[in-house]
Amino acid sequence: MFHTRTLGLISSAAVLVLLAACTSNKPASSEAGGITVDSSADKCAVSTDTVGSGTLTFSVKNSGSDVTEFYLLADDGLRVVSEVENVGPGLTRNLTVNAKPGSYFTACKPGMVGDGIKAAFTVTDSGAQVGPTGDEATQHAAAAASYVSYVKDQSEQLLTKTEKFHAAYLAGDDDLARSLFAPTRMHWERIEPVAESFGDLDPSMDLREADLEEGQEWTGWHRIEKDLWPPTAEDNGGKTYTALTDAERTKYADKLLADTKDLNTRVHAADFTLEVDQIANGAIALLDEVANGKVTGEEEIWSHTDLWDFQANVDGAKVAYGTVRDIVAAKDPALATKVDERIAALQKLLDAQKSGDGWVLYDALSQADIKAFSDAVNALGESLGELTTTILGG
Amino acid sequence: MSDVPEAHDAPDRSPDQARAVSRRAMLGMTGAGLALGLGAGLGGAALTRTRSAGGAESAQVYPFTGVHQAGIDTPAQDRLHMAAFDVVATSRDDLVDLLRRWTYAASRMTAGLPAAESGTTGGSYHAPPEDTGEAADLPAAGLTITFGFGPSLFTAADGTDRFGLASRQPALLTDLPHFPADALIDAKCGGDLVVQACADDPQVAVHAIRNLARIGFGTVSVRWSQLGYGRTSSTSTSQSTPRNLFGFKDGTANLKAESPALLEKHVWVDAQDDPGATWLAGGSYLVARRINMTIETWDRQALSEQETVIGRTKDSGAPLSGGEEFTDPDFARVGRDGVPLIAVDSHVALTHPDQNDGNQMLRRGYNFTYGSDGLGRLYAGLFFLAYVRNPATQYIPMQNRIARDDLLSEYLKHTGSGIWAVPPGVSPGSVLDPETGAYIGESLFA
Repeated sequence: MFHTRTLGLISSAAVLVLLAACTSNKPASSEAGGITVDSSADKCAVSTDTVGSGTLTFSVKNSGSDVTEFYLLADDGLRVVSEVENVGPGLTRNLTVNAKPGSYFTACKPGMVGDGIKAAFTVTDSGAQVGPTGDEATQHAAAAASYVSYVKDQSEQLLTKTEKFHAAYLAGDDDLARSLFAPTRMHWERIEPVAESFGDLDPSMDLREADLEEGQEWTGWHRIEKDLWPPTAEDNGGKTYTALTDAERTKYADKLLADTKDLNTRVHAADFTLEVDQIANGAIALLDEVANGKVTGEEEIWSHTDLWDFQANVDGAKVAYGTVRDIVAAKDPALATKVDERIAALQKLLDAQKSGDGWVLYDALSQADIKAFSDAVNALGESLGELTTTILGG
Repeated sequence: MSDVPEAHDAPDRSPDQARAVSRRAMLGMTGAGLALGLGAGLGGAALTRTRSAGGAESAQVYPFTGVHQAGIDTPAQDRLHMAAFDVVATSRDDLVDLLRRWTYAASRMTAGLPAAESGTTGGSYHAPPEDTGEAADLPAAGLTITFGFGPSLFTAADGTDRFGLASRQPALLTDLPHFPADALIDAKCGGDLVVQACADDPQVAVHAIRNLARIGFGTVSVRWSQLGYGRTSSTSTSQSTPRNLFGFKDGTANLKAESPALLEKHVWVDAQDDPGATWLAGGSYLVARRINMTIETWDRQALSEQETVIGRTKDSGAPLSGGEEFTDPDFARVGRDGVPLIAVDSHVALTHPDQNDGNQMLRRGYNFTYGSDGLGRLYAGLFFLAYVRNPATQYIPMQNRIARDDLLSEYLKHTGSGIWAVPPGVSPGSVLDPETGAYIGESLFA
C-alpha cells in the first residue's frame, strides 16, 4: 500500500523551489566531517560557518522544547536551498545537501514560527564536482505534470472498461465479464498507489476476502471475482458457495462503478498534484505490491489472473521511473543503467509467460518460474529504493 | 504461500557458550544420582560460573512454585520453545495423571535437574534413559515452564464436554475472532494444552519441551511447536529494550515486573472476575500470534518511511514527538501544516495504552527465523505472546484496529493463533511427586 507517501501529506511548496533538496538520514558518523547544528529555544549553533563545496551533512539536534526546523537559505536569506522539518525535542535528524560555492544562510526555526534564527554561511570552492543543479525545479515540475497526466488517462480507461464490465455482469453474460475482468483491473493496478492514497476507496474497491474484519461487508472487485469464478466447497473453507442473487449483483456492480467514477473525479480535481518524490516512491510501492501479493498468487485467488496485475504494477513503475529517469541519469548514471537493466530483465520474464492476449494463469506457473519472478522483483525493488534519495540529493 | 518451510532448523548455538559447570558436572562432583535431589539452591550456587557471553542469567534458577506460574512476569529470557498439544486420551484421570507427571518433571528441569530422578545414565542399562540427555552439561539457564488450557480442552468443536470441565470453562476463553488480513494456517493454531518453555540457552528450552512431549506420548499429541530466539520485549526494568527483526526497539512501553499494581490490574485474573471459573484466580490469559514479516520489502523502505510507520526513531527508540526512549509519546504534538509528528496510523499511535482505553498487556514475544522460504526470502517474524487479564478488552479490539489501520500491517501476516487460560501456580511448599503430588491446574479439577 501507499500510506505515508499519500498525496497531499507532503505538500510543502518548498519542494518546488529547491535548488538542491534534502533528505533525512541517520546521524552522520564523525569521520564523515558532518556539521552539527544545535537548535535550542533561542540559539542556532552551527559548528562552523565556512565549509568547502560538495556534499554537506548537517546533523540537526533539537535541544529545545518545541518542534524545530532547519534551513539552508540562498544568499538572499529567503529562498530555501534545503530544509529538514518536524524535528521533535531531543531528536537529531540529518540534512544532506549538494552545495555549490557561494554565500548562504543557516536558519533554525524553533516552534516553526517566525523568520528563524539566521546566520551567514559560506561555501568555498573545494574543487569538488557538484552535480548539475541546472533548473531542477523545472525538471521536477515537468516530471510531475507528466505523471499526473498518466494517472488521469489510466483512470479514464479504467472507468470506460468498468462500465462495459458492469454491463456484461448485470446482463448475466458471465463469459464476457470474465474476459473483461483482468484487462480492466490492469488500469487500476497501474495507478494503485494513487488509488490507495484515497484511503476510503481502496477498502471499498480492492479488499480481498481475507482482509475483512468480522462482520464487515465485502464489496469491490474481488467480491465479484469470487462470484464469477465460484470456488468449490473445498476451496471455500468447506462451505458450499452460494451465487449472488440478481439484486446482490446489481448492488455490488453499481457500487464498484460509482467508486470508479468517484476515483476518476478525484484525480481530475484541480488540486490533484504530485511531487517528484511521491512519484519515485510510487514506483517503489508498485514493486512492493508485486512482491507482497502478486508473486505469491494471493491477489486473485479465484481467477488466478495475477500476472495481469503483475504486468500492470510493472507498467506503472516503469512510467513513474520514466518520468524521473533524466533527473536520475544526470545525478547517478550507473543507477539509471541498473534500473533499466533490471526492468528489462523482469519484463523478459513476464513476456515468457504471455499467452494469447494475456498471460498464463498463476496456478500454471512452476515453482522455478515463481522463484525467478521473486528474484527479479527483489533486484529491481532494491535499486528503485535508491531513486528518491538520488532525486532529492544526498 | 502454503508451501512454507517447517521448523526444521533450531537456531544456531553461539560458539562462545562455555559449559564448564553443568548438570553432568554436578553429577560428577557429588558422585551420585541421588545428590540431584538437593535441588535448586545448591545447583544455582554451583552453576554460577557459566557462559559469560550469554549473560549473567545463564545459571539463573527461578522457583517453579508460586502464587503465579513462572514465565510470565519473570524477566524475559532469550530463547523460547513452545508447544501446543491435543489430548488424545479420553479419560479425565489420564489427563490429571499427565498434568502431575508434567508438573513434577517441570519442577525438576527448571531447577537445573534432569526430567526424572534417574537422569540420563542413572537408570537400568537395559532401558532407555529417562532424561534425553542433551541438557546434561547445561545449567538451568533461567528455564521457566508455563502451562495453559485451551478452549477445546473444555468443549470440543461439536459441543462435547470432553472431560467434565465444560461448566468450568471461563467465559472469556473462546477462540479469537477472525481479524482483518488473517492468513492463519490451521495446523499452527490452537491446541488443548500449551507449554511455554523459556530459557537463556536454546538447548535447555528445546530439551524441556522434548522431554515433556515424551512423557505425554499416548496421552497427548504435539499439535505444533515454535522456536523463538531474541526476546522482543523486556518484562523487567533491569533489562534493556531489545529489537525486533524490523530493527526497531520493541516493548518499550511493556508492563514490567516492578509494577505489581499494574500486573494486578492488567495481567492476573481476580477471583471476582468470572464466578464460573474461580479456579483461574491468580492465573492469566495467554494470547499467541505467529506473525510473519515481509522482511525484504521492509528493508527497502526509506528510513523516513520506517520511522513514520513505527512512530519512533530507529536509533534510540524515542517517540517522534521528541525526547528519549522512555519519554511518553505526545500524540497531540504537530509539525508542519498541523500534521501530527507521530502519524495517527503509526504502530505506536494505535497500540499505545492512551489510545486503547488505558488497556495494557504483558508482552513476551520472540523473533523467529526458519531460514528461507521457497522464493529465497527470509521466512521470519515475531512470535507474539501476551498475557492479559481480559482478552476481550485488552487484545481483541486493539488487534482489530491495528490489522485494519496500522501502517505496519502492510509488512505483517498472521499465520498462527491461539488463546489459553493459564492457571495459577503450585503453592510453595507443596509436595511434588508424579503419583500423588500437587499439580498445575489442580484448582480446575478440584
